[in-house]
Amino acid sequence: MATEAGSGTPPIEDDVFKQPQPKGVEQSEEARLRKKYPNLKGGGGTAILQKRLIQKGKYFDSGDYNMAKAKLNNPKKPLNQSEKLLIQESIGEAIPTPENLPARKPSLPSKLVDRLLIEGKQ
Amino acid sequence: MIFRGGVHSRVVEKKNVIPQHLFILGNGGEINWCFSQVKGTIEDEVTEADIISCVEFNTDGDLLATGDKGGRVVIFQRDLQAKAAVPSRGEYNVYSTFQSHEPEFDYLKSLEIEEKINKIRWLKRTNRNHFLLSTNDKTIKLWKVAERDKKPEGYNLKDDGGIMRDPNTITTLRVPTFSPMELMVEASPKRVFSNAHTYHINSISVNSDLETYLSADDLRINLWNLEITDQSFNIVDIKPANMEDLTEVITASEFHPKECSMFVYSSSKGTIRLCDMRQQALCDSHAKIFEEPEDPTNRSFFSEIIASISDVKFSHNGRYMITRDYLSVKVWDLLMESKPVETYQVHEFLRSKLCSLYENDCIFDKFECSWSGNDRNIMTGSYNNFFRMFDREGKRDNTLEASRDNMKPRTVLKPRKVCTGGRRKKDEISVDCLDFNKKILHTAWHPQENIIAIAATNNLYIFQSKD
Repeated sequence: MATEAGSGTPPIEDDVFKQPQPKGVEQSEEARLRKKYPNLKGGGGTAILQKRLIQKGKYFDSGDYNMAKAKLNNPKKPLNQSEKLLIQESIGEAIPTPENLPARKPSLPSKLVDRLLIEGKQ
Repeated sequence: MIFRGGVHSRVVEKKNVIPQHLFILGNGGEINWCFSQVKGTIEDEVTEADIISCVEFNTDGDLLATGDKGGRVVIFQRDLQAKAAVPSRGEYNVYSTFQSHEPEFDYLKSLEIEEKINKIRWLKRTNRNHFLLSTNDKTIKLWKVAERDKKPEGYNLKDDGGIMRDPNTITTLRVPTFSPMELMVEASPKRVFSNAHTYHINSISVNSDLETYLSADDLRINLWNLEITDQSFNIVDIKPANMEDLTEVITASEFHPKECSMFVYSSSKGTIRLCDMRQQALCDSHAKIFEEPEDPTNRSFFSEIIASISDVKFSHNGRYMITRDYLSVKVWDLLMESKPVETYQVHEFLRSKLCSLYENDCIFDKFECSWSGNDRNIMTGSYNNFFRMFDREGKRDNTLEASRDNMKPRTVLKPRKVCTGGRRKKDEISVDCLDFNKKILHTAWHPQENIIAIAATNNLYIFQSKD
């Protein structure tokens, strides 16, 4: 809650949402953190930058590649056409044609839309 | 923490107009909130796609749009019968829904682009159709939402089922007419503004000139013309030549509601810069910078993180702005850069929990804040589905909960209380029992009435004032 400056000490708050915390509380929290993570580097500022700017990319995985190839060539577990195509696509062997592409799965409607409304036109 | 605020050091403005709200509410303007509606389902495991990621009323408040992590937009419309009833009720029904963005893959950088809708902003209505801008991390789209309630009938070459008629059987001519049909609301994408942002878009803001809008990512702000999709002006660029020198990012940006050349942007360091596009084409240097001096004795590892501003909003009258950082909401007078004029503590008790909040990442949560239509009240969210209301003039604040436990119509919501110590009174909840997964990040206040929309994970709550 805002108060006017110059009105003396702020009234005693028993509402924890507003009650001022004792000084040094942040520093003791920091000490707790550093104890848990002794290799913690730098200030909090770098933590924000790292969180926002670093984007982890999806890169080629040779394990995935070899597993996919093995799946294709496994005589014990033959695949159907669409599965075959998907795997061939993932290892770069197939060129999909419009007829072979799996149809785009229609997106489920948002659950904020009352089902009765869609079906019953209330 | 010492509270700062009040009007002590600046010239008190003359108020010679009696505020209108004092005529309407005889109790000194205090708002008594009641439950109105809740949308969405109750689920044990919330599907990620259903998490609401933005809420926005349109400029007259008759439409309410939500965006979710699955890239879908749902628009609700004010029920006019409920509005006209005595007493007037704030109720909204589904009007339209569409898939705004789809997940994409950037092949050049091997990055997945989420379809989550980061922001929705409505355009001011100029004709019978509604327009809104919706954006994910990389692409902004302009959507037209139009009603169709008539269909043409009585063609000569086609029968009513649409099947072509044999011309030899046609002996008379008739004039096709428009006849009423069941109302259909159709949303269609009119413009796609893409490939202008290397980093993730966090804000869009429509200019008061109704022709342009800005989009901001972590390091840059671009200015667009609503008609032109293949060009965009870069107006702010804070990317340093060497990325190792980077110290702060842009967190939010907004155009001034009345001055079409002015906009602000907030940073992760807790500063707000006001820029004037008339001064220069590239607004890297600000016209004003709003920054509260830090207390050097109170510095900690967390200081910079909790100072990061997650939202900035101009007041409707354009004289103030509010900023939300992790623990507080601050009101700034545009004429005073040295410090905020008012500071409101949102959940001060969390200051002693910063270590755990850092470990579970909650310290990075980005809360939004909202003004009431008359700029007298401020609202922002907290944890455990609590939200906080501040009455600037009455110097009151309130903590309410968005919960299905309080759904009785026209029943004033009970204020919620949290206790830290051992002695827990009845109806109080202990700090350690708060659910930090129930975050109220997105809220919206009707532009004219006391109706609010609160997004609680996958549910949308609508509350209205009793009077």
